[in-house]
Amino acid sequence: MPKAQREQGHARVFDLGQQSLRELNQALHDLGPGSNETAWEVLNPKGSHSVAVGVDQPISIDVRGSVGYYCAGMNDGGTITVHGSAGPGVGENMMSGQIVVKGDASQYAGATGRGGLLVIEGNASSRCGISMKGIDIVVRGNIGHMSAFMAQSGNLVVLGDAGDALGDSIYEARLFVRGKVESLGADCIAKEMRPEHIELLQGLLDRAGITDVKPSEFKRYGSARKLYNFNIDNADAY
Amino acid sequence: MCGIVGLFLKDKALEPKLGAMLSEMLISLSDRGPDSAGIAIYGAATGNEAKITVQSPKPDRDFRGLDAEVAKAIGAPVSVAVKSTHAVVRTTPDKVDAAREALQSLRPDIRIMGAGEAVEIYKEVGLPEAVVDRFDVRSMTGTHGIGHTRMATESAVTTMGAHPFSTGADQCLVHNGSLSNHNNVRRELRREGMTFETENDTEVAAAYLSNRIAHGKNLGEALEGTLSDLDGFFTFVVGTKNGFGVVRDPIACKPAVMAETDQYVAFGSEYRALTKLPGIDNARVWEPEPATVYFWEH
Repeated sequence: MPKAQREQGHARVFDLGQQSLRELNQALHDLGPGSNETAWEVLNPKGSHSVAVGVDQPISIDVRGSVGYYCAGMNDGGTITVHGSAGPGVGENMMSGQIVVKGDASQYAGATGRGGLLVIEGNASSRCGISMKGIDIVVRGNIGHMSAFMAQSGNLVVLGDAGDALGDSIYEARLFVRGKVESLGADCIAKEMRPEHIELLQGLLDRAGITDVKPSEFKRYGSARKLYNFNIDNADAY
Repeated sequence: MCGIVGLFLKDKALEPKLGAMLSEMLISLSDRGPDSAGIAIYGAATGNEAKITVQSPKPDRDFRGLDAEVAKAIGAPVSVAVKSTHAVVRTTPDKVDAAREALQSLRPDIRIMGAGEAVEIYKEVGLPEAVVDRFDVRSMTGTHGIGHTRMATESAVTTMGAHPFSTGADQCLVHNGSLSNHNNVRRELRREGMTFETENDTEVAAAYLSNRIAHGKNLGEALEGTLSDLDGFFTFVVGTKNGFGVVRDPIACKPAVMAETDQYVAFGSEYRALTKLPGIDNARVWEPEPATVYFWEH
């Protein structure tokens, strides 16, 4: 028995080297409330697109390898761990639950997410958390340019550095960055870390299983709220 | 969407497998572009041979007796190796321009895909698997190569609209994206004497690089120039006689992933394209940064 399978005990194993992606996603969608099949393991993803998209039950899925576009999109309550890297759009529009990427994530990780927690243990590239709407995203490494563009709600925590135009046209999301920020986008400003933010950030780090950094090491960024209502004096900022 | 791949070998032991590796990489991205596919493979340049890859819609008619007729016209030995709709015309390096002229006057319907000491280019409409089978790309050896599977957006689905585009000796380029100022740049390049075969935006990018290299820039400097002079979305992968380069526009929304080991540098639009490469699980894998030029030379 492969090592991974032993660790998972009675996990239902799906080998994408032999079974189709459609079979996998159909089997996941067929699970009803209270199903006993709560542990799944996916082997040989080899960059496949749309692995475990649309999970809507509180099950756990371990994906052994790297995935392509849109892994775990729309996740609603599942706990999905990618033991590799993820392609563009991982966790896009997540509703609830948790996604952990052990490696790096490509563009627009967690885009438009409405809830749940996305943890990226490596780096995320451009547009991480673009238009996030309530999701919490924790990135252990760096994030690329235009991250949190038009972010509306939720929290983005970055232990490393952020690329150009962080938080461009941001609404109400909170951005916490521990490293340096290449540049801030339109209407995004550095903000004071008040006790409630320290507490919030500690909670996010705890949930992401991060114990080696302190909330006080981060800076907070958010919306200056100048672009909410059109004012001709701010026309250049749009 | 389009899919692009590139493979630059450092380990000579892999050279006999270059065609097979590049073919697999390209086939894995078939669903990114069903319209046409193409591949450029660089064999080792010997210094005493030049190759011109040509294409004809009627190969039986155009390639018959071509070697003898071109040899007579240019006064030098010529060999012609036919592969389906393409043929590789070989002659001595000093006769390559004369051979091009002879080919075009003897066979007006022939299209020149590319020329140089190292490169051969095969491209046709259809899926990558059909294209690599047709030209037996899997059996080809070489030092580096690039490939493309096309979803047509800016010009017609024709053989000439397929990538790679080659506009200078041993230079070629594949592109994922679309350029918005290609008509303007084409006009400027025409004024400088560059010629164009198609209305395709990518051909303009290839010609832009050739023009800059002709003005004395190296590949890295020429690629830097694309960042200020070309508007639009692009991930470019380019090959030269002994080099391989990558650049993405500053917005960088066209996907790209690279891998490097002691044996090779590889490029794919997606990680899927890299999964069959040897040692990929332990390779350094990264996403090329926007507005940043990467290049390698032998």
